[in-house]
Amino acid sequence: MYKISTSPHMNSQQTTQTIMRDVIVALTPAMLVSLFMFGIQALIVLATSVASCVFFEYFFARRLKLKNTTSDLSAVVTGVLLALNLPATMPIWMTVIGAFMAIVVAKMAFGGIGKNIFNPALVGRVFLFISFPVQMTTWITPRFMDFFNIDATTAATPLNILKHLGAGEQLTTGYWDLFIGNIGGSMGETSVLAILLGLFWLLKQKIITWHIPVFYLGSFAVCMFLSEIVTGAPRFDVLAHLLSGGLMLGAVFMATDYTTSPMTKKGKIIFAVGCGVLTYIIRVFGSYPEGVSFAILIMNAFVPLIDKYCHQYVYGTGRK
Amino acid sequence: MKTKTFAIGGIHVDKHKISSQSAIQELALPEMVYIPVKQHIGAPAKIVVKVGDRVKVGTLLAEADGVLSASVYASVSGQVMKIEEVNSGQGYLETVITVKREGDEFEESMDLSDEIVREIPDNKEELLKIIRSAGIVGMGGAGFPTPVKTNIPEGKSVDTLIINGIECEPYLTADSRLMEEKAEQIVIGTRILNKILGIQHAIIAIDENKPQAIARLQEITKRYVGVNVQSCKSIYPQGGEKQLINTITGREVPSGKLPLDAHCVVQNVATVYAIYEAVQKRIPLFRRVLTLSGNADLTPSNYLVRIGTPISFILHENQVNMDNVGKVIAGGPMMGQAIAALEAPVTKTTSGITVLSAETADKPETSACIRCGKCVDACPMGLMPLNIRAAVEENDIAILKSLHVQDCILCGSCSYVCPAKIPLLDYCKIGKYELGRQQKAK
Repeated sequence: MYKISTSPHMNSQQTTQTIMRDVIVALTPAMLVSLFMFGIQALIVLATSVASCVFFEYFFARRLKLKNTTSDLSAVVTGVLLALNLPATMPIWMTVIGAFMAIVVAKMAFGGIGKNIFNPALVGRVFLFISFPVQMTTWITPRFMDFFNIDATTAATPLNILKHLGAGEQLTTGYWDLFIGNIGGSMGETSVLAILLGLFWLLKQKIITWHIPVFYLGSFAVCMFLSEIVTGAPRFDVLAHLLSGGLMLGAVFMATDYTTSPMTKKGKIIFAVGCGVLTYIIRVFGSYPEGVSFAILIMNAFVPLIDKYCHQYVYGTGRK
Repeated sequence: MKTKTFAIGGIHVDKHKISSQSAIQELALPEMVYIPVKQHIGAPAKIVVKVGDRVKVGTLLAEADGVLSASVYASVSGQVMKIEEVNSGQGYLETVITVKREGDEFEESMDLSDEIVREIPDNKEELLKIIRSAGIVGMGGAGFPTPVKTNIPEGKSVDTLIINGIECEPYLTADSRLMEEKAEQIVIGTRILNKILGIQHAIIAIDENKPQAIARLQEITKRYVGVNVQSCKSIYPQGGEKQLINTITGREVPSGKLPLDAHCVVQNVATVYAIYEAVQKRIPLFRRVLTLSGNADLTPSNYLVRIGTPISFILHENQVNMDNVGKVIAGGPMMGQAIAALEAPVTKTTSGITVLSAETADKPETSACIRCGKCVDACPMGLMPLNIRAAVEENDIAILKSLHVQDCILCGSCSYVCPAKIPLLDYCKIGKYELGRQQKAK
């Protein structure tokens, strides 16, 4: 007996799992840089975060007698992203709490993969940031290839310095150090170079389109640039702002999350510009030096609304 | 030549054109042919023979019943054995005329020589009459009666004739072989359509992955002023009528309207070849070229097949290893229909038979939608299949309407690209059906 089924009788090779695998490949340069710069501590945070995310997803599904979906690798991606958003000195138990918030509260409680409104890794990060502000803003100075760099001196991040830069003062960190990641900060956000390598892979594999990263960074840069022109203050240094903090990581890996970003190109652009403007507002007018996480989470909440009003042009309906 | 393409969506599929180098060969004749009286869109043809009648190849079996219908001819010589309603390969009941073959005798009116007849009759009405009586329908798959498509009603005008040689379905190469081997006949067929439509120009659109066909037709069209070849980007569904009109003219067929409303007539190359045979050689539509291909254990081939030949006979002649066959599809793997009963006959619209191995016959397991938007980017009509799916699950007709589900062309691009392997096309079909039913009820 031969099979009958509806067409099409062929499918692409791409699955949710291969997509997540590509995202993990894209995150590899950032992971490697964090290991080289922050040593064994970074490895501990990374391992803890990934293991707890996978465990929480598995355990949650088991308790509620749902299908085990850990093989789609999305929990691994969340784990890596959460770790890269934490300082290398993060205590293990705090990382576990972050993973719990990300997977159980932000993802599984909303119905699992594809149903969450907010980016799970960012929910985890922001929860930790509000709950443990001291640990979340303790940065160690990176030391290349010094794996047991455990008692390095605490360093202020470039964004913190920028925020409080007075007239006539200048940022002492060079653009090159900002670009390669020879600065203090969260594990995965410091090296712009590593993140751009990841972006290249995501674009090459057609996992994401260029719209969100470009419009996010672009709208942010325009806002900063206008401020710089109007005030002339060094704290609005556009390039330094672009290369510092979680902006690159956010624009490339967090704002482009499928589930929590809009569907159409038009929607993606609105979403990305919203992220860019909000990041600017928080960095310049807010009390925190960094605003990427909050900006993306706020825009996540607008995604259903954006999707409701941004439709594709339908063939044959007459372009206006 | 600059390669053209359409504006919205489209996907890259693996082509698998493994039969592209095998020349068209005449298939042996089966002992029995099963000829359905409805192989087209419209009313079934009216049967004019009875059981026991002796017929020759080209004897009228059933006559077009009204304007939207098409005549059906005997494809073998012999005796009419049965006229009965049977279960078609697709699960509907249909009336089928069974002819038992004896020898291979042709009606005398036909000119079966290889000689190319170039002189075209001048009378437009006469040309239309020949095409109508030859039972020609759109052979690309839709089966829309060709005379209806080429007879322009009052108040409408046509300025572009497009000959569709795209063949974007994976595996299928019948059109491609036909263009290589019968290039001049296709151009003459195009000229006949020009005459009927009263326009001077025609564009033969060919997929850029068929350089041999492009070269051959470019060579021939040098001698036929007004007929030009256009290379089109190899992207699915380039051969869709609405997409091809957009590719060639930049226009769009208004939602819910016909190609005529974009001042275009599109005809498939196999149809154009049938028009040539009908008009120039007096041969009614009793045979067609089809591809037998697939990833099962077989010899990829292009056959000239008599209509009504059972698919099982073709598989047998090709010595397909049936042990590892999982699925047999009438047509290509993107839009073709899986056949339950292999005795189902070849019809005027069977452009190919795709045989899939047991390992590739199963539908992949589905998982949750991750809202990646690949279906949205893929849809060549600009629809949002994931939203259509949600509306179908909620049975929300108003939303289905606002999502333009009735504009879906059933190309299957959405299902193909979905990483979660959700059968989005099925939802679109249900949506179309439900919306149509509600609108009819009103």
